[in-house]
Amino acid sequence: MRRYLLHRGWQSAVTLILATVVVFIGVRALPGDPALALAGEDRSPAAVEAIRHHYGLDQPIWVQFGRFVANAIQGDFGRSIRTGVPVSSMLRTALPVTVELALLAILLATLLGVGAGVLAAVRRGKPSEWLANAMALIGLSVPHFWLGLLAILYLCVGAGLFPASGFVPLREDPIDNLYHLVLPTVILGTGLAAVIMRQTRSAMLDSLSADYVRTARAKGLRPRTVTGRHALRNSLIVVITIVGLQLGGLISGAVVTEQIFGLPGFGKMTIDAVFQRDYPVIQAVVLITAAAYIGINFVVDLLYSVVDPRIRVAGEAS
Amino acid sequence: MTAVIETPVVPVAAGPGRRTRVLRRLRRNPLAVASLVVLVIAVLAAVLAPWLAPYGPAETDFSNTLAPPGTPGHVLGTDDLGRDVLSRIMYGARASLLVGVLAVTVAMLVGVPLGLIGGYFRRADAVIGRLTDLMLAFPFLIMAVGLAAIRGASLGNAAIAIGVSQVPGVVRVVRSDTLRLKSLDFVAAAVVDGAGDTWVLARHVLPNATSAILVQATVAIPIAILGEAVLSFLGLGIQPPAPSLGTMLAAAQQFAAEAPWAAVMPGLAIMLLALAFNVFGDALRDALDPKGNR
Repeated sequence: MRRYLLHRGWQSAVTLILATVVVFIGVRALPGDPALALAGEDRSPAAVEAIRHHYGLDQPIWVQFGRFVANAIQGDFGRSIRTGVPVSSMLRTALPVTVELALLAILLATLLGVGAGVLAAVRRGKPSEWLANAMALIGLSVPHFWLGLLAILYLCVGAGLFPASGFVPLREDPIDNLYHLVLPTVILGTGLAAVIMRQTRSAMLDSLSADYVRTARAKGLRPRTVTGRHALRNSLIVVITIVGLQLGGLISGAVVTEQIFGLPGFGKMTIDAVFQRDYPVIQAVVLITAAAYIGINFVVDLLYSVVDPRIRVAGEAS
Repeated sequence: MTAVIETPVVPVAAGPGRRTRVLRRLRRNPLAVASLVVLVIAVLAAVLAPWLAPYGPAETDFSNTLAPPGTPGHVLGTDDLGRDVLSRIMYGARASLLVGVLAVTVAMLVGVPLGLIGGYFRRADAVIGRLTDLMLAFPFLIMAVGLAAIRGASLGNAAIAIGVSQVPGVVRVVRSDTLRLKSLDFVAAAVVDGAGDTWVLARHVLPNATSAILVQATVAIPIAILGEAVLSFLGLGIQPPAPSLGTMLAAAQQFAAEAPWAAVMPGLAIMLLALAFNVFGDALRDALDPKGNR
């Protein structure tokens, strides 16, 4: 277990370092000289040189990289070019919105996806299997931001059932907060649910035909117990990894969903930053996404190895 | 050196018998036939848009703005500038398919060699593993954001961001197939015969991995089409006035209350296109599965 943990930790660390290098190089590749941009009106060579020195841009590249990493670790991503607000404080207000949306979406997706996946596997050849499969295929094919647009058009503006945009912080009014997040959660969650459903179904089909399930049936356990205790529990291992692997899609989806519903989260901050050419914000957003992806997948891998001892053994063997 | 090798090039699979079996299975699956028909019609309509579309993609008609579907001459209605929705959908599907094909080409060109190398050479595997982990750490939208910041938003950047994000999936599929094939007797026989690594990979492993690659491609295209729509909708992909299903939806937000069809039709087009690819991909995987009935 400890060796596996060290091995995975080392791999994640290497990936994180590589990601940091990529972002650093990406920032250097941005068009324009940052010192010139910061100098603004006063473009005398002396002023530009002073700025270059102040920001360490005259230092060797590895010194600059070291400073970049040191700042990032301390959560210092500089200030927004547009507003002058520290990027870290922008993140402090934006991240909770996105994390809440993402957690709600994962919850909904797991309930829907696992439920429908089990149903489709257990009721093979019945109309309910066909229906669950069709829904999953449509869920994979529909552009979810378009569903969001239609929901705003018909449910919010048309029927007035839900607020079309805006956000109320959880601390101010939890009920109103959830009310504002109902539609975004459904839009973001159903896409993920389709993926989880298909994986759950195929994992359930595998485990339902496994020997230990036949044994469980043979010793006279009720079908419900066999499905729930024996087959589903082994299939859930698959679901845990899917959520980890789909994290990238979830982040991308959250960006679009926030944009459509006007939620002041991480995604909206990202898109605004692109159109305002707010490079410090873009740099922070990209780096934090990569770090979050790597970190969460490391945790998922650990969970996975706790649930399934075979993974630990295989990891130690390699 | 290559002349002495007398092992058949493709000993286990892809013989004529297998190909006819796969085709027969596809023909017998009504969903496969239906999705293929939809795909052929969609691709023809998109590719031949300049000849088939009733209007040009940017042709405005200010006497006929926001015309509802069924208006004579505008089957699917017009938008706020009087542009024909059907014509724009046909041109937009062209862009969707173009990005889809470009992205999957990028994913294959990078992913297939990496997967072959990773599966065949143990030492390279760890390096390639870190590389794919790195690609996964930048979701396609975040990659598109970075590319847009550095190079400006464009169709090409959208295709690159989507393609690179699909590389890990291709690597995983090709790598595991290579691992499986490497342990089979006919590959060992070729090695004993003195075949070099490149020869073995190109003539023995790759041809036998094609069905897995094919399935992966049909899965990747609809994801790329949806990705293009998202990026263009956000302004990170194809730039207006160039027609794209995503930019059509973005524009339709402004006047959706008066002309809902302008917001409904492009979305339906994207869904139909992606659905046809997904259904066909499922059918193809079932048909290629040697175990048959799943």
